[in-house]
Amino acid sequence: MIVTFVRARAVESRRTAALAVVVSLLISIAIGSVLMLAAGKSPAYVWSEMALRTFGDPYLLGQMLYKTTGLIFTGLAVSLALDAGLFNIGVEGQVTAGVVGASLVGAALPPSTPPIVAVPLCLLAAAAFAGCVGYATGVLRVYRGAHEVITGFMLNAIIAGVALWLGNEFLFQNGSTRGPAIVPGARLPQLGFGGSAVNASLFLAILVAVAMWWIRSQTTWGRTWRAIGSEPTTARTVGIDVQHTQILAMVGSAALAGLSASNFVLGHKHAFEEGLGRGVGFLGIAAALLGRLNPLAIIAGALLFGFLSSGGLAVADIVPKELTEMLQGVVVLVVAVIMVWLPTRGVRVPTKGAP
Amino acid sequence: MSDLIVDATLDKAYPGCVVLTAATLAVRRGTVHALCGENGAGKSTMVKILAGVTSADAGTLSLDDKVIALPSWDRIAARAAAVGIVMQHGSSAETLSVVENAVLGTEGGEILALDAPAAALKKLGEKIGLPVDPHAIAGELTLGAAQRAEILAAIHHGATLLILDEPTAVLTPIEVDGLLATLRSLAAEGTTIIIVTHKLDEVRTVADDVTVLRAGKTVATFSTRDAPLDTKAIARAMVGADLPEPSTVPPPAADAPAMLTVATMHMKGLVKVNFSVRAGEIAGIAGVDGNGQSELARIISGLDRTDAVVTMGDTNASLLSPARRLRVGLAHIHEDRHHGGLLLDSSIADNLVLGRPDITGRFRIDRTRVAAFAKEQVDKLDIRPRDPSVIAATLSGGNQQKIVVARELSRPRIKVVLAVQPSRGVDLGAVAKIHERLRDAARAGAAVLVISADLDELFALCHTIHVMLRGAIVGTRSGGELRAPDAREGLGALMTGASTRASAAKLDPSSGEAIA
Repeated sequence: MIVTFVRARAVESRRTAALAVVVSLLISIAIGSVLMLAAGKSPAYVWSEMALRTFGDPYLLGQMLYKTTGLIFTGLAVSLALDAGLFNIGVEGQVTAGVVGASLVGAALPPSTPPIVAVPLCLLAAAAFAGCVGYATGVLRVYRGAHEVITGFMLNAIIAGVALWLGNEFLFQNGSTRGPAIVPGARLPQLGFGGSAVNASLFLAILVAVAMWWIRSQTTWGRTWRAIGSEPTTARTVGIDVQHTQILAMVGSAALAGLSASNFVLGHKHAFEEGLGRGVGFLGIAAALLGRLNPLAIIAGALLFGFLSSGGLAVADIVPKELTEMLQGVVVLVVAVIMVWLPTRGVRVPTKGAP
Repeated sequence: MSDLIVDATLDKAYPGCVVLTAATLAVRRGTVHALCGENGAGKSTMVKILAGVTSADAGTLSLDDKVIALPSWDRIAARAAAVGIVMQHGSSAETLSVVENAVLGTEGGEILALDAPAAALKKLGEKIGLPVDPHAIAGELTLGAAQRAEILAAIHHGATLLILDEPTAVLTPIEVDGLLATLRSLAAEGTTIIIVTHKLDEVRTVADDVTVLRAGKTVATFSTRDAPLDTKAIARAMVGADLPEPSTVPPPAADAPAMLTVATMHMKGLVKVNFSVRAGEIAGIAGVDGNGQSELARIISGLDRTDAVVTMGDTNASLLSPARRLRVGLAHIHEDRHHGGLLLDSSIADNLVLGRPDITGRFRIDRTRVAAFAKEQVDKLDIRPRDPSVIAATLSGGNQQKIVVARELSRPRIKVVLAVQPSRGVDLGAVAKIHERLRDAARAGAAVLVISADLDELFALCHTIHVMLRGAIVGTRSGGELRAPDAREGLGALMTGASTRASAAKLDPSSGEAIA
């Protein structure tokens, strides 16, 4: 159902898309302001403090970009699956699988492994671990008819449990919830910003977004995965193997989610940690919706949610943290609702059976 | 009291699209009035305004000599003014019975009293020759019977002006004859009838007067008062130009090889279908929808995996995927252009090259080639609008169909053309172009199989026509037999199994399965 309604808007013009985003943001700001008033604070003051503190402080700006990096990966992951007519709600678990994969391989490498070998190996492990989860979801959907939303939710719970068990049994050291550190060669450089967590993974995320934009719009691969999302019967009639493509799209989507481990493990924590990357999967859905399946616009969507989440911390002394967390939920809700309301101007949405 | 029951001049626009501009309609009392025009000419919009289903932007409307105030004209007002409408796709609630549908929206009080209206409906139906069981569930009726029930309900409510929007599109030839006869007798008893159609033989059979709409304007009117209806002149008014004379395809030589052979055992929806189509031959499958045609098409295209034997040229295609069959030389015009032929949310150009790596290239899309190819195809089949970047969903049905035809029939090295309902819901002008492309394919040596519920289409194209009924081929006519004066009636009778049940009830789709 969600797939249908996101896809139903895929015929919208660029102007409508931009309008939808602007309107959603204005409404979100309005609702957020009401929440702030209810908390007894001046909205103008809170909003301006949120922006001034975040952009005025290199550390907070860096934290925002760190959050953004993870969201770009998961936003792209959700978007790729949606484009192919699948709703990958399992991104959350796939991120964890990627984190486990990257940290296990990173810690197992010989200490002197050079970056040129270690980094690609860890990325490959992250993508492969997550990709296996995606493969399972895809196969269950295609050959057994198990809906990917249900299996995704279930796999999220299973993977979280497995990761915790792995940690408790084998990885966590000295009573902490932190596993063994990855080798120095697998670590991505920090970008400064007052010692914040933002790291070179940001560039990888942008690179992946550009690559995905190019594949999506300029190649037959992109046409193929969009065709099965748009109208599977037509895709089959013109000779596309729909089942095969659906599985591949799910694997690709999961691998993108897994790559977010580059940000969390290789770039920041340098080890497996309990709860690392949690929440970035679900927020990625919001970034994908805001970006409207356009990989480049998803970067902007990720920036917005990065700002809301790190800006919320920045003003934690003025308004409660819960309020700014609610704000993220408000944006998601408004984006989803606005998509249904905006008219698709000039596009007749045809009904089945009409000539 | 004037001679006219309807005198209208109407304007209507939707965002970005003007539908009617001062379109006029004058209908004489007690006549059958045909409203003709191509798809998108504004016929449906005009009758919907008359019936109060859609509102007009501006204009004037007189009904029964009373000037109607258009802003307050809605379905309730129209019903009170005795205007009945039977919509194109029916408007019955499928889970309710005929009589429940008939009283829907008119019932008063808490408790439904159905006995009286049921008896009245039954009696009325027998009187005017529309026998319907008032307690039958609407969704279980055949399309023809459901339509009869809607007409009956309209008359029961006292409609003196009855509007039918393309009523024959869903009916079998025999049902069409029955409906047209009913309309004549209703008119004889004083009901005025407006029938929307673009089928000229129906116009000739039933209409007293004709109004032709083109691009939202009334471009011509004809009346039997002046002279017998000239269907060529009506067609010219509808299309805005003379239709080209169709070309002919010589029958295949006696020694032409079979390019397509199909042999099925009993299986879902089909009972032992065996036939072949030779190189250069155009063969047709006639039949009422739902008699196994879709299953046959899915077997030939490979969309269904079955144990049927299908050969294309020298290749045994029985086990091949749809993709492999296309590579062997199949061109498949899918029966449903919205769910099978097109990606509605993609552009004309993207749809034209869908699944065509010979144009796009294997990985990176060759934009220059795609643009050149799209322009060539748009020109060749006169696809409108001319801009290949326009989204397919915004095109008329005819132009959408042209995209599918252009893509499929421009494939290289076609051996077999499978054209399922290739011109359903398509304008006269577009039909002519689509038929020419099919003839071109046959002339180039392909075996062409046309599956169609439209006998006129098959007669215009085919060397051989097979008739399907309940999943089996029940008769075949070819060559000279098709030119016999009673060929059409003969095929019509075969299509409906007239020997068993004259009323040609729609067949139970499960009957084929029961046999298998």
